[in-house]
Amino acid sequence: MQLELNHYLWLSAFMFTVGVVGVLVRRNAIVIFMCIELMLNAVNLSFIAFSHFMRDIQGQLMVFFVMTVAAAEAAVGLAIVIALFRNKQTVNIDEINILKG
Amino acid sequence: MPNDYLLSLPILAAAGWSVLLIILEAMLSRAALTRVFAMLGFALVGGLSVIGFPLQGLAFSEMLRIGGFQHFANIIFCLSGLLVVALSEKYLDDENVHYGEYYIVAFISVVGMMLLAAAANMAILFIGLEMMSIALYVLAGLMRRDVRSNEAAMKYFLLGAFASGLLLYGISLIYGATGELALHKIAIAIQTGSASMLFWIGFGLLITGFLFKISAVPFHQWTPDVYDGSPTPAAAFMSTGAKAAAFSALIVVVTNFSTLLQNSPTWSLVISSIALATMVVGNIAALAQENLKRMLAYSSVAHAGYMLVGIAAATPDGYSGIMFYTLVYTLMNIGAFGVVALLESKENLLLASDYAGLFKHRPMLAGAMAVFMLSLAGVPPLGGFIGKYKVFAAAVDAKLTWLALAGVLASAVSAYYYLRVVYFMFMRDPVGEAISAPATSSLAFALIAVAVVLLGVFPTEILRITDAALKFAQLPTQTGF
Repeated sequence: MQLELNHYLWLSAFMFTVGVVGVLVRRNAIVIFMCIELMLNAVNLSFIAFSHFMRDIQGQLMVFFVMTVAAAEAAVGLAIVIALFRNKQTVNIDEINILKG
Repeated sequence: MPNDYLLSLPILAAAGWSVLLIILEAMLSRAALTRVFAMLGFALVGGLSVIGFPLQGLAFSEMLRIGGFQHFANIIFCLSGLLVVALSEKYLDDENVHYGEYYIVAFISVVGMMLLAAAANMAILFIGLEMMSIALYVLAGLMRRDVRSNEAAMKYFLLGAFASGLLLYGISLIYGATGELALHKIAIAIQTGSASMLFWIGFGLLITGFLFKISAVPFHQWTPDVYDGSPTPAAAFMSTGAKAAAFSALIVVVTNFSTLLQNSPTWSLVISSIALATMVVGNIAALAQENLKRMLAYSSVAHAGYMLVGIAAATPDGYSGIMFYTLVYTLMNIGAFGVVALLESKENLLLASDYAGLFKHRPMLAGAMAVFMLSLAGVPPLGGFIGKYKVFAAAVDAKLTWLALAGVLASAVSAYYYLRVVYFMFMRDPVGEAISAPATSSLAFALIAVAVVLLGVFPTEILRITDAALKFAQLPTQTGF
């Protein structure tokens, strides 16, 4: 069987959906963060698939930027999680609820 | 090629200056010095934008689009950064978080905003957005020993990153549908062919990402929590600079696709409904708030709604109205948040009733706060009124009279909670001891208040500039020199 563009796109859409559902249903901040990373990488897959099948380099270029940004985001995000854990000893977002109204 | 450098000089200068700030802080670790240099940097970059105002064109392989619109936006971002940095010192000292990094991160965030407004390519759009947002996550969590600040940063980070994911998927689908990442080339591609389903899904996701950033209903739930927990000056920065940046990027995107969007009744309906919902929900939720920071957060949601009316109108008048609005909003909202930051101490003095009798102790500060509140409410002689008038008038011209009418009603409702603060300051007798605040800052607020009044009384010059500034943003197919 020949792999077509559609196969990649469906896989990427599936991964993206898993990420979105994970963000919405999971309660552990680290797991939510992993799901966001999954979303970003699903997007990367679709960029590369488009880029390959359209014979256009821009999509692959974009992926490098996305990876760099994701790394920066991970650095800040994990720092926030650590700061929170030091003060509250939990990363469960249901227990992080001082701000309300 | 030298022209490219000249065109993007403000952005290059800002990027270079942020490196300078990092080196300065690393070598000397003196927050006060970094603060002065950050303020100098904002003044320099703003000045460069003023000088370079007439320059326009596409720069660096059509990655950046520079024109009057971008220069005007740069001035707003620098103004926002300058005011926030100028007003932060006492607050940060009180909270024991006076780090030089605060100023550096704020500066980097402004670089991101400038890139966002100048984006002519989806890659720059994404990088600018992320540069701005990641810096803002850091600012939100600056008070790292304070659980409230941690929580605010966490919420902002998770929702912001989620929104970025949606936006990025949107970019990917648009790329797949058109084969291009440059905005003006995408516009050409969808004009020659017809816009496919893939493009519309991608466009929807892209706009959803932006709506998160400008905290439009139904993506606004994070706003009050984040503004409440963040350091108050940082909240002022998020609600003004970041909002102005997201709106400029939104304007750039919709003007590029204007021919497509003008022929789409669905788009107009969707964006008007979101504007309506944002105005209504923001104002009604703000009515119930006792805490001033949360009240201002919901009010910022409502103001995003008023600005969205200009997007819904989809005319140059509407966009020019939004630009004017963001300028006035930057002044009056930083003023209001600044007064709150000045008076609050360790989570006290945050309720409207805490301001009782402020006029007796500090007439100048109370007077300035009254100007900000009245301007936010949209009372006629002040800047806020002209901003609202411009966007609503554009909506009426675009045959969206019902939306403009709803906006007027919503701002009538908003007068209640703004005037309540004024009522407490002027009509009530003071309770407890006098609120202490340095006298110099009263003068700074008075100056901002005067600027808000002047924008209301003499708006013509600025409006002429915003109208002219939009010309270049309106020409999607124009190529560089």
